[in-house]
Amino acid sequence: MKKGTQLWLEALKEEDVDTIFGYPGGYVLDIFDELYKQNDIRLILPRHEQAAVHAADAYARATGKVGVCVATSGPGATNLVTGIANANYDSVPLVCFTGQVPLDLIGNDAFQEVDFIGITRSVCKYGVMVRDRKDLGRIIKEAFYIARTGKPGPVVVDLPSNIMKEVMKDSYPAEVHIRGYKPNSDVHVGQLKRALKLLRDAERPLFLCGGGINIAHANQAFRQLAEIVNIPVITTVMGKGAIPTNHPLYVGSMGMHGCYAANKAVSECDLLFSIGTRFNDRITGKISEFAKEAKIVHIDIDTAAISRNIKVDVPVVGDAKLAIEKMLTMVKQSEKREWVAQVKKWKEEYPLGVKSGNCVNPQRIIESINNIFDDFIAVTDVGQHQMWTTQFLELDNHKKLLTSGGLGAMGFGFPAAIGAQLAYPEKQVICITGDGGFQMNMAEMATAVAWELPIVVLVFNNSFLGMVRQQQQYFCEKHYYGTCLKERKSCQRIKCHTPEECPPYLPDFLKFAESYNVEAYRVTEEEQIEQTLKIASEKAKQNKAPVLVEFILERYDIVLPIVRHGGTLDNMILEEN
Amino acid sequence: MDIKKRWLAVFVENQVGVLAKISGICSSKLYNIETITVGTTADPTISRMTFSFLSNDATFEQIKKQMNRCVEVIKIIDLTDIPTHMKELMFIKLKINSPVEKEEVISIAKIFRASIIDYDMERLILQSVNSEVGNNDLINLLSKRFHDMEIVRGGVVSIEAMSISNG
Repeated sequence: MKKGTQLWLEALKEEDVDTIFGYPGGYVLDIFDELYKQNDIRLILPRHEQAAVHAADAYARATGKVGVCVATSGPGATNLVTGIANANYDSVPLVCFTGQVPLDLIGNDAFQEVDFIGITRSVCKYGVMVRDRKDLGRIIKEAFYIARTGKPGPVVVDLPSNIMKEVMKDSYPAEVHIRGYKPNSDVHVGQLKRALKLLRDAERPLFLCGGGINIAHANQAFRQLAEIVNIPVITTVMGKGAIPTNHPLYVGSMGMHGCYAANKAVSECDLLFSIGTRFNDRITGKISEFAKEAKIVHIDIDTAAISRNIKVDVPVVGDAKLAIEKMLTMVKQSEKREWVAQVKKWKEEYPLGVKSGNCVNPQRIIESINNIFDDFIAVTDVGQHQMWTTQFLELDNHKKLLTSGGLGAMGFGFPAAIGAQLAYPEKQVICITGDGGFQMNMAEMATAVAWELPIVVLVFNNSFLGMVRQQQQYFCEKHYYGTCLKERKSCQRIKCHTPEECPPYLPDFLKFAESYNVEAYRVTEEEQIEQTLKIASEKAKQNKAPVLVEFILERYDIVLPIVRHGGTLDNMILEEN
Repeated sequence: MDIKKRWLAVFVENQVGVLAKISGICSSKLYNIETITVGTTADPTISRMTFSFLSNDATFEQIKKQMNRCVEVIKIIDLTDIPTHMKELMFIKLKINSPVEKEEVISIAKIFRASIIDYDMERLILQSVNSEVGNNDLINLLSKRFHDMEIVRGGVVSIEAMSISNG
């Protein structure tokens, strides 16, 4: 005979779970008690449930396994929502277990009761409440299966406390059968042939790689394919790293803050061969003008992603890796094209760059990371630093990037770095974050210290919510409202262009770090960047603890180019106004 | 635009929350549902939902794809362009002011194959099982004479036809 919690634990072990990110509470007491009695699965206690789900998300992204988090009912569960939506947008396999009031209290507005399945319905792949103890094993089995197959995503399993106490004789099922869920496990060869015919006939073909390539671990195969057919490659933010960024065929990432050559190439190509992207508005700009000259091939695991935003000429439904491997058996070595040289020329004509004042140029920080580290996982938050990272960070098989792409959730970076470091204790994990995003989850410094995680945390501090400020600069006549993080009651907004009179920044990140016994450095000059990064990395390893480096940036640095909201991709703002 | 009336039969798991999930997909993506009916099938674990939408081709394709993505959806049949039998149940409660009016309602009911299922001295209840358009016509006709009407429409149910080209 087994308690619900015993079966739950058995299920986790069967699913090869070794780490759980969880926060306790009244209605998960039994679950935590079950975890207490064993040593196979470690529990990571964050300081906020949002951090638990972001960390589980990054753990899943880094390892390719299903991430698991646990939160109690009510507020514990609602604190997960942002992280669930984030994982849903970026197709990350997660199973989130939430405590729930006992079944006989549901609907009574009981203490800490929320309809969590209802709340998360539109932001997860699947959500279910266990209403009968005999369904518990089957539901957990289905949850893990749904999370990791097809287009991966988060699954919510709501566990009423009485179900977890109930005792019965059963075991975790070995097989799963869901009549409404049959993920695509094959690729239509006829469609691939049609796609490749377009490729042969095209004069200016272009590969567009989305996050699907990274999720499917199709990088090696894709690189081979690109080299055989000899076609330039651009990526979305999530697709970055699909091919090593120093590869001669790689152009850059495209979209709102993409590089000139990538956006230009999309506008000029006659075949856009896209894999694993959903043509999000940040990528396409004005839809009617997007890749106007081009026929479009779209390979995606998600039928619903095809022809949703962009009308596709040849749709191919299937796993990116499978499709690419099949294509590899069907293509022949192609000769050099003039088009490749043309795209390269655009890249040389308008290279990416940040023009900065006297302070630390963010581009130099990222370039220093490229120079110093040859094996790392970089994790970003959301904002300007994220765009600079996607513009300048070099990636290959040993240099990986985790970032919140679809949802753009500030606060993701630091807890995600914790998840990544727990997944790979030996790897150098670099958290690249902004002063705004870091503050959203900086309480996790305690978690990082507690678990002896040598994360190098780089805070890009321009004392602004820089990305929004930059948009206010361009689109709101420089009305910097609600974006200055130095602003205090005493400030007079209208006359605030005298930086020397600005109040001091809150908090003092060095003192903050000190309170956790964490070493911290403040970098105010470019010459200090490389040296400080080296020291930080060494200290982190030595101390078995995070190290914080705060870079004081020029306050008004901007990310260029910019494509206006709803603007066309070939109409980029390339220079600061 | 190619906006027209479209029909879907959606077979789903007969579970709590599935209706909310399916209608949630529509509302979150701003697809306006015209009518919806739900009932269990011969297999009590499966419910059949009948939807109608006014939409263009692209939106309707998305509706189908989004619903298909749903784990709880077992099968979808597009009824738009196939022969079907479609009927809607409708009740109309009318206030009758004179015997002449009463006679008039009775003759209208005859023509529309509606039946009078209840009455008292002042009111009567019509029951009409007709196509959605037929029921619209009946309402239009009655509303020219009668202003005090209570109308209850059940939404359309539909089944694929076997030997006719259009029900």
